[in-house]
Amino acid sequence: MSERVPVLKIGDVLLVSIQTDLDDQAVLNLQDDLAARVVESEARGVVIDITAVEIVDSFVGRMLATIASISRLLDAETVVVGMRPAVAITLVELGLSLGGVRTALTLEKGLLALQRSGLRPADGPADPTAS
Amino acid sequence: MRADEQLSGAPIASNDDVVRARQRVRALAQECRLSLVDQTKLITAASELARNTLVHGGGGMMSSALVDNGTRRGVRVMFEDSGPGIPDMELALTDGWTSGTGLGLGLSGSRRLVDEFAIESEPGRGTTVVIIKWAR
Repeated sequence: MSERVPVLKIGDVLLVSIQTDLDDQAVLNLQDDLAARVVESEARGVVIDITAVEIVDSFVGRMLATIASISRLLDAETVVVGMRPAVAITLVELGLSLGGVRTALTLEKGLLALQRSGLRPADGPADPTAS
Repeated sequence: MRADEQLSGAPIASNDDVVRARQRVRALAQECRLSLVDQTKLITAASELARNTLVHGGGGMMSSALVDNGTRRGVRVMFEDSGPGIPDMELALTDGWTSGTGLGLGLSGSRRLVDEFAIESEPGRGTTVVIIKWAR
Protein backbone atom coordinates (compact mmCIF):
# COMPACT_ATOMS: atom_id res chain seq x y z
CA MET A 1 0.00 0.00 0.00
CA SER A 2 1.57 3.27 -1.09
CA GLU A 3 1.38 6.12 1.32
CA ARG A 4 -0.44 9.34 0.50
CA VAL A 5 1.31 12.65 0.85
CA PRO A 6 -0.74 15.21 2.82
CA VAL A 7 -1.92 18.26 0.87
CA LEU A 8 -2.37 21.36 3.07
CA LYS A 9 -4.33 24.48 2.17
CA ILE A 10 -3.15 27.94 3.19
CA GLY A 11 -5.35 30.70 1.79
CA ASP A 12 -5.45 30.23 -1.99
CA VAL A 13 -2.42 27.97 -2.01
CA LEU A 14 -2.06 24.21 -1.71
CA LEU A 15 1.14 23.13 0.02
CA VAL A 16 2.72 19.71 -0.39
CA SER A 17 5.88 18.84 1.48
CA ILE A 18 7.49 15.59 0.38
CA GLN A 19 9.18 14.11 3.44
CA THR A 20 9.89 10.50 2.53
CA ASP A 21 11.30 8.47 -0.34
CA LEU A 22 8.12 7.91 -2.37
CA ASP A 23 7.50 4.84 -4.48
CA ASP A 24 6.22 5.37 -8.02
CA GLN A 25 2.60 4.65 -7.13
CA ALA A 26 2.69 7.26 -4.34
CA VAL A 27 4.08 9.76 -6.87
CA LEU A 28 1.18 9.05 -9.26
CA ASN A 29 -1.33 9.27 -6.37
CA LEU A 30 0.05 12.69 -5.46
CA GLN A 31 -0.43 13.87 -9.04
CA ASP A 32 -4.08 12.78 -9.02
CA ASP A 33 -4.76 14.04 -5.48
CA LEU A 34 -3.36 17.47 -6.31
CA ALA A 35 -5.42 17.83 -9.49
CA ALA A 36 -8.58 16.93 -7.55
CA ARG A 37 -7.71 19.29 -4.67
CA VAL A 38 -6.96 22.22 -7.00
CA VAL A 39 -10.47 21.98 -8.44
CA GLU A 40 -12.22 21.17 -5.17
CA SER A 41 -10.53 23.97 -3.19
CA GLU A 42 -10.36 26.44 -6.11
CA ALA A 43 -6.72 27.00 -5.21
CA ARG A 44 -4.78 29.45 -7.37
CA GLY A 45 -1.34 28.21 -6.45
CA VAL A 46 0.47 24.96 -5.64
CA VAL A 47 3.75 24.85 -3.73
CA ILE A 48 5.71 21.59 -3.75
CA ASP A 49 8.42 21.55 -1.11
CA ILE A 50 11.25 19.12 -1.95
CA THR A 51 13.70 20.33 0.71
CA ALA A 52 13.83 16.83 2.22
CA VAL A 53 14.07 15.03 -1.12
CA GLU A 54 17.50 13.50 -1.68
CA ILE A 55 17.06 12.40 -5.27
CA VAL A 56 14.76 13.39 -8.12
CA ASP A 57 14.89 10.84 -10.92
CA SER A 58 13.13 11.09 -14.28
CA PHE A 59 9.89 9.68 -12.83
CA VAL A 60 9.62 12.27 -10.06
CA GLY A 61 10.91 14.98 -12.42
CA ARG A 62 8.17 14.14 -14.89
CA MET A 63 5.61 14.24 -12.06
CA LEU A 64 6.74 17.78 -11.13
CA ALA A 65 6.42 18.92 -14.76
CA THR A 66 3.05 17.18 -15.16
CA ILE A 67 1.65 18.72 -11.97
CA ALA A 68 2.74 22.14 -13.19
CA SER A 69 0.97 21.58 -16.55
CA ILE A 70 -2.20 20.13 -15.02
CA SER A 71 -2.43 22.96 -12.46
CA ARG A 72 -1.97 25.54 -15.20
CA LEU A 73 -4.92 24.06 -17.09
CA LEU A 74 -6.91 24.22 -13.85
CA ASP A 75 -6.01 27.88 -13.34
CA ALA A 76 -3.38 27.40 -10.64
CA GLU A 77 0.32 28.15 -10.71
CA THR A 78 2.92 25.70 -9.38
CA VAL A 79 6.20 26.54 -7.68
CA VAL A 80 8.70 23.85 -6.68
CA VAL A 81 10.77 24.96 -3.68
CA GLY A 82 13.82 23.76 -1.77
CA MET A 83 15.68 21.83 -4.46
CA ARG A 84 19.10 20.72 -3.21
CA PRO A 85 22.13 21.74 -5.30
CA ALA A 86 23.14 18.09 -5.85
CA VAL A 87 19.63 17.34 -7.10
CA ALA A 88 19.77 20.26 -9.57
CA ILE A 89 23.18 19.14 -10.89
CA THR A 90 21.95 15.55 -11.28
CA LEU A 91 18.71 16.54 -13.02
CA VAL A 92 20.54 18.62 -15.62
CA GLU A 93 23.05 15.83 -16.27
CA LEU A 94 20.22 13.34 -16.51
CA GLY A 95 18.80 15.52 -19.28
CA LEU A 96 15.82 16.90 -17.42
CA SER A 97 15.99 20.65 -17.02
CA LEU A 98 12.31 21.06 -16.03
CA GLY A 99 11.95 24.08 -18.30
CA GLY A 100 8.23 24.54 -17.66
CA VAL A 101 8.48 24.33 -13.89
CA ARG A 102 8.76 27.47 -11.80
CA THR A 103 11.14 27.14 -8.85
CA ALA A 104 12.12 29.13 -5.77
CA LEU A 105 14.93 28.44 -3.34
CA THR A 106 12.83 28.45 -0.19
CA LEU A 107 9.21 28.00 0.82
CA GLU A 108 9.07 31.67 1.83
CA LYS A 109 10.32 32.81 -1.58
CA GLY A 110 7.91 30.45 -3.31
CA LEU A 111 4.93 31.88 -1.45
CA LEU A 112 6.16 35.40 -2.17
CA ALA A 113 6.46 34.59 -5.87
CA LEU A 114 2.84 33.43 -5.92
CA GLN A 115 1.78 36.48 -3.96
CA ARG A 116 3.42 38.70 -6.54
CA SER A 117 1.38 36.95 -9.21
CA GLY A 118 -1.68 38.20 -7.36
CA LEU A 119 -2.48 35.24 -5.14
CA ARG A 120 -3.42 35.30 -1.51
CA PRO A 121 -1.31 32.63 0.21
CA ALA A 122 -2.44 33.63 3.69
CA ASP A 123 -5.15 35.83 5.17
CA GLY A 124 -4.86 39.28 3.75
CA PRO A 125 -5.54 41.04 0.50
CA ALA A 126 -3.52 40.12 -2.58
CA ASP A 127 -3.07 43.78 -3.41
CA PRO A 128 -1.34 45.56 -0.50
CA THR A 129 -2.66 48.95 -1.67
CA ALA A 130 -6.19 47.68 -1.12
CA SER A 131 -5.75 47.35 2.65
CA MET B 1 38.81 -5.56 -10.01
CA ARG B 2 37.85 -7.42 -6.91
CA ALA B 3 34.77 -7.14 -4.82
CA ASP B 4 35.80 -5.70 -1.50
CA GLU B 5 32.85 -6.91 0.43
CA GLN B 6 30.03 -9.31 -0.01
CA LEU B 7 28.04 -8.90 -3.18
CA SER B 8 24.54 -8.60 -1.85
CA GLY B 9 21.66 -9.38 -4.13
CA ALA B 10 18.08 -8.29 -3.78
CA PRO B 11 15.00 -8.87 -5.90
CA ILE B 12 13.33 -6.05 -7.81
CA ALA B 13 9.75 -7.16 -8.14
CA SER B 14 7.67 -4.22 -6.90
CA ASN B 15 7.65 -0.43 -6.52
CA ASP B 16 8.73 -0.97 -2.90
CA ASP B 17 11.80 -2.87 -4.10
CA VAL B 18 12.81 0.13 -6.23
CA VAL B 19 12.69 2.29 -3.08
CA ARG B 20 14.74 -0.33 -1.20
CA ALA B 21 17.23 -0.49 -4.09
CA ARG B 22 17.79 3.27 -3.73
CA GLN B 23 18.32 2.85 0.02
CA ARG B 24 20.87 0.04 -0.42
CA VAL B 25 22.84 2.05 -2.96
CA ARG B 26 22.68 5.12 -0.72
CA ALA B 27 24.14 3.13 2.20
CA LEU B 28 27.01 1.85 0.04
CA ALA B 29 27.68 5.30 -1.46
CA GLN B 30 27.98 6.73 2.04
CA GLU B 31 30.20 3.87 3.17
CA CYS B 32 32.43 4.52 0.14
CA ARG B 33 32.53 8.22 1.10
CA LEU B 34 31.41 9.46 -2.29
CA SER B 35 30.84 13.21 -2.38
CA LEU B 36 27.27 14.34 -1.89
CA VAL B 37 26.89 15.15 -5.61
CA ASP B 38 28.34 11.78 -6.62
CA GLN B 39 26.09 9.99 -4.12
CA THR B 40 23.08 11.78 -5.59
CA LYS B 41 24.12 10.91 -9.16
CA LEU B 42 24.70 7.24 -8.33
CA ILE B 43 21.44 6.82 -6.42
CA THR B 44 19.54 8.55 -9.23
CA ALA B 45 21.12 6.28 -11.86
CA ALA B 46 20.32 3.22 -9.71
CA SER B 47 16.72 4.40 -9.37
CA GLU B 48 16.36 4.71 -13.17
CA LEU B 49 17.88 1.29 -13.78
CA ALA B 50 15.91 -0.43 -11.01
CA ARG B 51 12.71 0.96 -12.53
CA ASN B 52 13.80 -0.30 -15.98
CA THR B 53 14.37 -3.75 -14.49
CA LEU B 54 10.88 -3.72 -13.01
CA VAL B 55 8.93 -2.09 -15.84
CA HIS B 56 10.74 -3.31 -18.96
CA GLY B 57 12.45 -6.44 -17.66
CA GLY B 58 9.42 -7.73 -15.79
CA GLY B 59 11.41 -7.74 -12.55
CA GLY B 60 14.87 -9.04 -11.73
CA MET B 61 17.76 -8.70 -9.32
CA MET B 62 20.04 -5.94 -8.14
CA SER B 63 23.46 -6.77 -6.69
CA SER B 64 25.69 -4.12 -5.19
CA ALA B 65 29.16 -4.03 -3.69
CA LEU B 66 32.06 -1.81 -2.76
CA VAL B 67 34.91 -2.32 -5.22
CA ASP B 68 38.57 -1.34 -5.32
CA ASN B 69 40.70 -0.98 -8.46
CA GLY B 70 43.99 -0.62 -6.57
CA THR B 71 43.93 3.16 -6.46
CA ARG B 72 40.33 4.06 -5.86
CA ARG B 73 37.30 2.73 -4.12
CA GLY B 74 33.93 2.72 -5.76
CA VAL B 75 30.42 1.34 -5.73
CA ARG B 76 29.38 -1.22 -8.31
CA VAL B 77 25.74 -2.01 -8.94
CA MET B 78 24.41 -4.68 -11.28
CA PHE B 79 20.85 -5.05 -12.55
CA GLU B 80 19.74 -8.30 -14.17
CA ASP B 81 16.46 -9.32 -15.68
CA SER B 82 15.28 -12.08 -17.96
CA GLY B 83 12.76 -9.95 -19.78
CA PRO B 84 12.32 -9.33 -23.50
CA GLY B 85 15.73 -7.67 -23.89
CA ILE B 86 16.59 -4.67 -26.02
CA PRO B 87 16.47 -5.28 -29.78
CA ASP B 88 18.28 -2.10 -30.83
CA MET B 89 20.84 -1.06 -28.22
CA GLU B 90 22.08 2.02 -30.06
CA LEU B 91 18.53 3.32 -30.30
CA ALA B 92 17.80 2.49 -26.65
CA LEU B 93 20.81 4.53 -25.55
CA THR B 94 19.65 7.60 -27.48
CA ASP B 95 18.25 10.50 -25.49
CA GLY B 96 14.51 10.71 -25.83
CA TRP B 97 13.99 7.25 -27.26
CA THR B 98 11.26 5.62 -25.27
CA SER B 99 9.43 2.35 -25.36
CA GLY B 100 6.36 4.35 -24.52
CA THR B 101 6.07 4.63 -20.76
CA GLY B 102 8.68 7.22 -19.84
CA LEU B 103 10.71 10.15 -20.99
CA GLY B 104 13.38 8.03 -22.64
CA LEU B 105 16.06 9.28 -20.27
CA GLY B 106 16.49 6.15 -18.16
CA LEU B 107 19.37 4.45 -19.96
CA SER B 108 21.02 7.40 -21.69
CA GLY B 109 20.63 9.63 -18.63
CA SER B 110 21.91 7.13 -16.09
CA ARG B 111 24.94 6.43 -18.31
CA ARG B 112 25.90 10.10 -17.98
CA LEU B 113 25.59 9.99 -14.18
CA VAL B 114 28.14 7.23 -13.54
CA ASP B 115 31.82 6.59 -14.34
CA GLU B 116 31.42 3.17 -15.90
CA PHE B 117 28.39 1.78 -17.67
CA ALA B 118 28.16 -1.61 -19.34
CA ILE B 119 25.02 -3.11 -20.83
CA GLU B 120 24.39 -6.50 -22.37
CA SER B 121 21.11 -7.55 -23.79
CA GLU B 122 19.86 -10.36 -25.92
CA PRO B 123 16.36 -10.25 -27.36
CA GLY B 124 14.24 -12.81 -25.58
CA ARG B 125 16.91 -13.53 -22.95
CA GLY B 126 17.08 -10.43 -20.79
CA THR B 127 19.29 -7.48 -19.98
CA THR B 128 22.21 -6.91 -17.61
CA VAL B 129 23.47 -3.46 -16.71
CA VAL B 130 26.55 -2.80 -14.57
CA ILE B 131 27.44 0.68 -13.30
CA ILE B 132 30.34 1.93 -11.20
CA LYS B 133 30.90 5.26 -9.51
CA TRP B 134 34.46 5.84 -8.24
CA ALA B 135 35.32 7.97 -5.23
CA ARG B 136 37.42 10.97 -6.25
